[in-house]
Amino acid sequence: MTGLLDSLGLAQSAELLSLSPPGWGRNLLRGLSHSLQIAFGAYALGLVIGLFGAYGKLYGGKVTRDLLAIYTTVIRAVPELVLILILYYVGSDIINKISAAMGGGRVEINGVAAGIWVLGIVQGAYATEILRGAIQAVPLGQIEAAKSYGMPAIMTMRRVTIPAMMSFAVPGLANLWLIATKDTALLAVVGFNELTLETRQAASSTRAYFTFFLAAGFLYLMVTLFSGVIFARIEKWARRGQPSLTGAGR
Amino acid sequence: MIDLKSLMQPHRIVMMLVFVGFAVWCAYALRWDWLPKYAPLALYGIWTTLWLLVVTVVLGFLLAVPLGLMQAVGPWYLATPAKVFCTIIRGTPLLLQLWLLYYGLGSLFPQFPWIRSSELWPYLRQAWPYAVLALMLSYAGYEGEVMRGAFKGVAKGQLEAARSFGMPRFTMFRRIWLPQALRNVLPTLGGETILQMKATPLVATITVVDIYAVSSRVRSDTFIIYEPLILLAVFYILVAGLIALGFHWLEVQVLGTGRRTQ
Repeated sequence: MTGLLDSLGLAQSAELLSLSPPGWGRNLLRGLSHSLQIAFGAYALGLVIGLFGAYGKLYGGKVTRDLLAIYTTVIRAVPELVLILILYYVGSDIINKISAAMGGGRVEINGVAAGIWVLGIVQGAYATEILRGAIQAVPLGQIEAAKSYGMPAIMTMRRVTIPAMMSFAVPGLANLWLIATKDTALLAVVGFNELTLETRQAASSTRAYFTFFLAAGFLYLMVTLFSGVIFARIEKWARRGQPSLTGAGR
Repeated sequence: MIDLKSLMQPHRIVMMLVFVGFAVWCAYALRWDWLPKYAPLALYGIWTTLWLLVVTVVLGFLLAVPLGLMQAVGPWYLATPAKVFCTIIRGTPLLLQLWLLYYGLGSLFPQFPWIRSSELWPYLRQAWPYAVLALMLSYAGYEGEVMRGAFKGVAKGQLEAARSFGMPRFTMFRRIWLPQALRNVLPTLGGETILQMKATPLVATITVVDIYAVSSRVRSDTFIIYEPLILLAVFYILVAGLIALGFHWLEVQVLGTGRRTQ
């Protein structure tokens, strides 16, 4: 193995990327785990916001609908980087005000929690639109049937709307997950130790820029490709019982 | 587009009043005394953001057309590299690509004496060529995928008809295939261009002075946090609105009827 690496001239890179202390592999993996934590959390928060947002947009009152329209439009028109800064400062201000009101001092904000809060709100706007479209695609008769059986609203949502809309929502949600994993890189700009920032630190202290950035790119790519496989399964599961469309159109 | 009647509902009037009130409050309660001092720099930043956007969208699109074509109808030795390129670009964060190009290439180039003595060296020492390259490749990667679908979506009969008239392949591409693919994909391109606009502030991380970098400068110079950020958000919303309007206009021109853009 070492002979092979030597002959390819990659021995130095392998040493730099090794997991034990002279190498920076462990730092990269720690960054990756932070990135994934933030991505998972933000995605979950985004889905919750999206579900409420979609229901609010479809069935809410006039004011709710207009407010949600402003939320989704503004979030989708302003760069994530700017939103991250705004939400980061607003969030830390609010928490510090609350802490001061309760007689505490300045609170040090956990990077992962802040990342989840910031990206979750961004994700929520996209999720709202995806889920709204998916809910609208559910045949109205199914929901009416549930109503006519006297199902309460929550039960209708749990038993009819959500399962029926899944197959419409999954492609969009898969895309959203990929956006979530890639957007975690933006948190590097505000100084969170996620994968991209760890990579840059490793690269600038060893001057081996290509090695580290390519390695990080590889990690991101693996996450993307692996997610693709998972979401393909989920989509297959969401479409179970539906007639297959492949081969019909093309 | 927006008819006045739909705006004149009571709750919307109240919301508009609240918004106007908020704007007035912003104008009076927040600090704007830094504005005159930074206005020239801000104008320069706006100019940088806009030309970066336009140049990278145009160049990226020119690159996306062959990428889409290679994937849609190319033989495997063209289709596979194009597919791999699109997957890599779409599968990794733009920030990482940008830093790879800027720091990686930027540290590689000075090692070669012939690059340092070349005519291009004064440009290669600056940051913007790397910004243009990264943004262009990113747009090309995403649009290559879009164009693949667009080229495949053009009805086969159209191309067969062109061929049966004895049209040369390039004429067929120019007159029939590309225009129809573009028509189908115009609404998507509008959305993607807004996404590209949202990617431009990343160049501030490699020392290109765009409008985002200017707002960061104001923040670090004066410790004023919210005012520059609010202005920045408003600027991006305006640009996004202009892009949406522009593409809407294009759709009306090209398709005859504009589809309602969300």
